[in-house]
Amino acid sequence: MTDTRDTTSAAPIELVAFRIGAQEYCVDIMAVREIRGWTPATTLPHAPAFVQGVINLRGAVLPIVDLSSRLGLGAAAPTERHVTIVVQIAEQVVGLLVDAVSDILTVTPEQMRPTPDVASETTRQFVKGVFAMEGRMISLIELDQVLPHDQREAA
Amino acid sequence: MSNDVLAQLRQTFFEECDEQLAELETGLLQMQDGATDSETVNAVFRAVHSVKGGAGAFKLTTLVSFAHVFETALDEIRSDRLEAGPALMKAMLRASDVLADLVSAARNGDDVDEALWRGLADEIAGFCGKEKAPSPAAPVSASDPAPAAFAPQPMAFTPQPMAFTPQPMAFTPQPMAAPPAFTPQPMALPSLAPAPAAEDAKAGGALRILFRPRVELYEKANDAVVLLRELERLGAMTVTCDLSEAPLLDALDPHGAYLGFDIHIVTDRDEQAAREVFEFCEEDCDLVIRREAAPAAEAAAPAAHAAAAPDPAAILNALRPAPKDAPADPSAAAPAADPPAADKTAAKPADPARAAEEAAAQRAAATAAPATIRVDLDRVDRLINLVGELVINQAMLAQAVQGADGARDPAVSGGLDELDQLTREIQESVMAIRAQPLKPLFQRMSRIVREVADATGKKVRLVTEGEWTEVDKTVVERLADPLTHMIRNAIDHGLESPADRLAAGKPEEGVVRLSAAHRSGRVVIQISDDGAGVNRDKVRAIAIGKGLVAADAQLTESEIDNLIFLPGFSTTEKISAISGRGVGMDVVKRSIHALSGRIFLKSKRGHGSEFTLSLPLTLAVLDGMVVTVDGQTLVAPLSAIVETMSLDAGRLRAFGASNAVIADRDGFVPIIDTAAELGFRPHRRVVGGDKGVALLVESEGGGRSALVVDAIQDQRQVVIKSLETNYGRVPGVAAATILGDGRVALILDVDALVARARGAASEPLLAAAG
Repeated sequence: MTDTRDTTSAAPIELVAFRIGAQEYCVDIMAVREIRGWTPATTLPHAPAFVQGVINLRGAVLPIVDLSSRLGLGAAAPTERHVTIVVQIAEQVVGLLVDAVSDILTVTPEQMRPTPDVASETTRQFVKGVFAMEGRMISLIELDQVLPHDQREAA
Repeated sequence: MSNDVLAQLRQTFFEECDEQLAELETGLLQMQDGATDSETVNAVFRAVHSVKGGAGAFKLTTLVSFAHVFETALDEIRSDRLEAGPALMKAMLRASDVLADLVSAARNGDDVDEALWRGLADEIAGFCGKEKAPSPAAPVSASDPAPAAFAPQPMAFTPQPMAFTPQPMAFTPQPMAAPPAFTPQPMALPSLAPAPAAEDAKAGGALRILFRPRVELYEKANDAVVLLRELERLGAMTVTCDLSEAPLLDALDPHGAYLGFDIHIVTDRDEQAAREVFEFCEEDCDLVIRREAAPAAEAAAPAAHAAAAPDPAAILNALRPAPKDAPADPSAAAPAADPPAADKTAAKPADPARAAEEAAAQRAAATAAPATIRVDLDRVDRLINLVGELVINQAMLAQAVQGADGARDPAVSGGLDELDQLTREIQESVMAIRAQPLKPLFQRMSRIVREVADATGKKVRLVTEGEWTEVDKTVVERLADPLTHMIRNAIDHGLESPADRLAAGKPEEGVVRLSAAHRSGRVVIQISDDGAGVNRDKVRAIAIGKGLVAADAQLTESEIDNLIFLPGFSTTEKISAISGRGVGMDVVKRSIHALSGRIFLKSKRGHGSEFTLSLPLTLAVLDGMVVTVDGQTLVAPLSAIVETMSLDAGRLRAFGASNAVIADRDGFVPIIDTAAELGFRPHRRVVGGDKGVALLVESEGGGRSALVVDAIQDQRQVVIKSLETNYGRVPGVAAATILGDGRVALILDVDALVARARGAASEPLLAAAG
């Protein structure tokens, strides 16, 4: 135990990695409540385009965020093959619509590299940092940014 | 751990305090209305007494001091020594308010400014003193000095045994003394000191009871024999009858009482057990109950009368109601000299005994009262949630079976129907757990009325009706603020000053009426006053002055009345402490809206105003109409829908560029394209009358609109689910629900939709008002 701590200054963290189109993203596993298949959502009036709607999660009303649309990658056309990652953001529970979950990664915080200095403000806004693993680049999603602020304050 | 237990006891105490305080106020209000029967007065006394008792146990000294003064005055009323006049009742009601404040301060652990209660306490104590002075019961008040002195008085019963010792002193020094001689108690007290010995004795020992019935005891059909038999249950008993008082036969009054009993019981029980036997006749006999533990304790009792104490016969002698040479008829005796006075002095120290009586009465009441339990609200809510799930699940099951062939099997469909009924019944029963009568809320309002009436110098009477109407607990809780505000307004703005009222030919005292009733699945609460009514010219002028309406706007009377609901509207120029703190009727309206309620104002100049609140009985379920709008399934609250009509081309009229109206019985009603309002369709469709149904809805202030939907699917009860927990507010949507197919359906906020549509139709006035 002590040895492990000496070599790594912080405990390793686990991340759930998933795909949106050809890109790979991940979220902290501690925020993930469950992963479920796609179900059609009920459209919410006057909602931003990236909010797909709401679904019934065992009696609770769960908003679904189309992460592809949120990240500016174009709206997803959800099919049965899509996956909803249910995450807890502060007091709220939200479903993130993604193409597929790829695997669970164990990394240490030092392995995280800063977000590359790209021009797109949208991308930078939602990405906390990136991990390079086995030739893949996996971006860590900044969950706090996923829901629009006015929505969270209203809740 | 013990801290937990203590905290829990404390919690229970405060919960009980709330009940006692409610009881207290109810009783006082009844007394104010002239109910002076002993039952009411006793109930009030009991309430204060219980608060005091509990407070004593938790060492809440302020509370105890104040409750004591209060209780003393009530005791005076109870024993007809003090008349419950209007002035006193007013003080009493204020005292109940202060008591409530002290309780809540104690609960929150706040420090209390003595000024809050001291003045009132003195005032009440003053009532007692003033009334008592001329009465023969004067000695009683002597034992009852400054209330504060009594403050920490615990509920100890120890002083009792010696309660009767004063008597001997009464006649030894100056037999026919003037009343002041009858303040013997303080002198008697020192001799009480050894009494604690009685408490030390636990196991073993005996009780010594000196019991001398008086004539009154027999007159009330009590029998000494019965009492003695009852005593015998406590343990092995030896009784010695004291015949020394018995006259010779020729002098014997057949109705007189001459016997005394010296009773010795070997028992573990304490004095209280013995005292309970005499519970109903204690005032009609001379009674000394003493615990005789060990001989040592006995010896340690240095009785005031060295000669008398060790010798029971001597004590008995001392107890003798009247010296032989005194007239046999006690009433003939000078009030100062004998039994009556002695009785009176005895009556006061017997207070703890009375407390015991009260306690017993309460125990009896507790057993007689309907059985209730306290349940944590969380548990109830969990149950309600689960039942909600059950309802949804049942609907899903029914839908699934209908799709399958099973529906054709009568056993399956019959079973489903039964399940449906059972689920509904369970749901209703569970909802009923949360239902609470409005009474406590109404009671709080009577306090508000008193306070505001005092502050404004107006005379106000609050009349309540239907206070037992039951509504969901949350609704009751969330009604408190708006109701308070409206009651304040009714008195502050609605009622005229007494002088103005008299000038207008009205009685000086204004009436504020608060009523509640169930009406077609909703609860309707009305707050009305018989004041001046809305001054429409003034309201209009202010609204124009504040830029809320255009100066040339044509407004109907009801539209003007409803201007007071606009944000930023307040008719008082100066901000008073009572109303007009920058929040106005718009806040009231918003809180009522948040409860899915509606509010209307009716007013008649010179005759008063009436606010009507219409609220759902529960916030958990809703009767709704399931409709389809642009492929989406939505629920419209049934309460908002007046009627439905087909979009018959013959009744439709295009109106302007993008609006249409539909002909109704009373005229033309604007059509609202629900799909467009919800943003499902980018543009409003001028309805062509090809298909669809119009839901005629009535919104705030009575205006009608027709919401166009594609089709009506069903009408059913739905479980309300919050959309705000995980997402946020959505304009035009009140909440969500889960339908039989497991999907989420949105519940329309009809008023918001109408307001939005009208806003878009560029009618700023109504948009704001709606």
